[in-house]
Amino acid sequence: MSGSVVKAAQPSRGERSRAGSLTFVLCSVPSDSHMWNLVALQLLIEEMGHRVVNLGACTSVPLVIETSRAERPHCVVVSTVNGLGCIDGAGLITALRAEPDLATLPVVIGGKLGLRGTSDTDPTSELRQLGYDGVFPVAESAEKALAGFRAFVAATLERAR
Amino acid sequence: MTVEHAPFSAFVAARQHTNTLIVQPRMGFSDPAVMRRGLLAVRAAGVPAVGTVTLDSFTRQGEHDRAAMAREADVELNGYALVAMGEERTSRMLAGIGGPDFPVQVRHGSPRPEQIFRTMLAAGVEATEGGPVSYCLPYSRVPLRESIRAWSQATRLLARQADQGVRCHLETFGGCMLGQLCPPSLLIAISVLECLFFAEHGITSMSASYAQQYCPEQDAEALGALRLLCAEYLPGVNWHVVLYTFMGLYPQSPGGARELLRQSARLAVRTGTERLIVKTVAEAHRIPTIEENVEALLLAHRTAEAEQLTPEPADGRGTEVYQQSRTLIDAVLALAPSVAKALPIAFERGVLDVPYCLHPDNRNEARCALGPDGRLEWCETGRMPLQAAARHRGPTSLEALLADLEFHRRRLDPLPR
Repeated sequence: MSGSVVKAAQPSRGERSRAGSLTFVLCSVPSDSHMWNLVALQLLIEEMGHRVVNLGACTSVPLVIETSRAERPHCVVVSTVNGLGCIDGAGLITALRAEPDLATLPVVIGGKLGLRGTSDTDPTSELRQLGYDGVFPVAESAEKALAGFRAFVAATLERAR
Repeated sequence: MTVEHAPFSAFVAARQHTNTLIVQPRMGFSDPAVMRRGLLAVRAAGVPAVGTVTLDSFTRQGEHDRAAMAREADVELNGYALVAMGEERTSRMLAGIGGPDFPVQVRHGSPRPEQIFRTMLAAGVEATEGGPVSYCLPYSRVPLRESIRAWSQATRLLARQADQGVRCHLETFGGCMLGQLCPPSLLIAISVLECLFFAEHGITSMSASYAQQYCPEQDAEALGALRLLCAEYLPGVNWHVVLYTFMGLYPQSPGGARELLRQSARLAVRTGTERLIVKTVAEAHRIPTIEENVEALLLAHRTAEAEQLTPEPADGRGTEVYQQSRTLIDAVLALAPSVAKALPIAFERGVLDVPYCLHPDNRNEARCALGPDGRLEWCETGRMPLQAAARHRGPTSLEALLADLEFHRRRLDPLPR
């Protein structure tokens, strides 16, 4: 398994990890098969100068836990766009927070988190209460979600220094 | 004894004679009453159409307990939870709907489809789709070899139904892969290879797929190549071609969404494509309603009626897409005595390599980009037996990738004021 994890991170064809850069584990939720969001986010994080371990689509909860232990990332980024982010994203954070060694690991979630586009009730506060350190729904505006995420990365970098 | 057509193929063949494009939605609802209403609305639309039952993503992942729990709690899912609903409720949901003039197809996305197929057959549906590569690499983390094993068993199950006089139809999803930014030659090679896989497991009625990309001329060449290759590689098989309206980032404006759908309907008619699976005005935003699905079917039908078939294109064997597709297919077939054995070796060695696909069994060394006219070009072909386009672009930047992914939005959505 770890071989495939490393392999998934290899095609990052961008910069190598530099001193002072952060490590991100990028994943989705078990029910979400979308991939372009993960490809684009990997480039976005790499272009900010950081290292990405990209687990790809349909990531199981045990795989995220295992990779979080093996890679000791500065942050886990959950990206989901199939509209089940509320259900599946809730399950993932509850499982992560139940592991004592991962209870304080920064974890953020973003994407399309509800099925009905903008008419869903905003899931942000619920997901935050369950333990996410940042929630970036694109329902309102993708630009705003990405700006929020970039600000979070900058703040994480600040704390890591 | 003459070979009987599968009802799905017979329906398609009857429309082929009159050059009528068959249209089909991607519709799926978790509430059985809404699913039934949707199918009835499609049937009542008054156009030659196939009904669709698209399954939810819990069912796709084999998480039937979670699908059942969600339904019990009245949580809406992104499709019909076929296995959780079971054969009896599904039979009731479908009662009196399907028939020789209105076939129903189950669309799912599963790398392990046997249980889905069993429930579907028990509920009286004999048409479905997918494939061991196309429902594994882009849609799961299931190892490719496992998906191929599961699809071998499940495909044999469909083929065995012929013993009871039930002829199943199977469509490959190979012409889609990640939905966009995959050069046509690779889509066509995977589409034909999955059809060969189906034939190897006893299926005699199938459809080969291709998803609309960015450049109508390139798409027409691709569909021409797909027809030629099906004719060459699938003798004795009843096949037709299905086109998917663009499967990537879809225009967000109603006008842009309709225009891209119209372009796909024209492309289908010009190339003699038999069936079109449509997209709706809601595509970029949420799960479309029944009404939005029906509106899309009517628009596609009317557009198709107004378009003329281009008679026999120039020699399709001369196009680059035909040559590249053929090279890939032959390179894979040379790896092992069966397609089921050849496919995993092909991905291991990088003879097939899907650009940007993050599945652990895909090498992910190939890259492609859009040329100025919207033609998809290889930038890097990894270990595939193909030449990359002369222009080497270097590593993909986020900006360039997003520009390519959003090509149709930039082209068809009005500029924000």
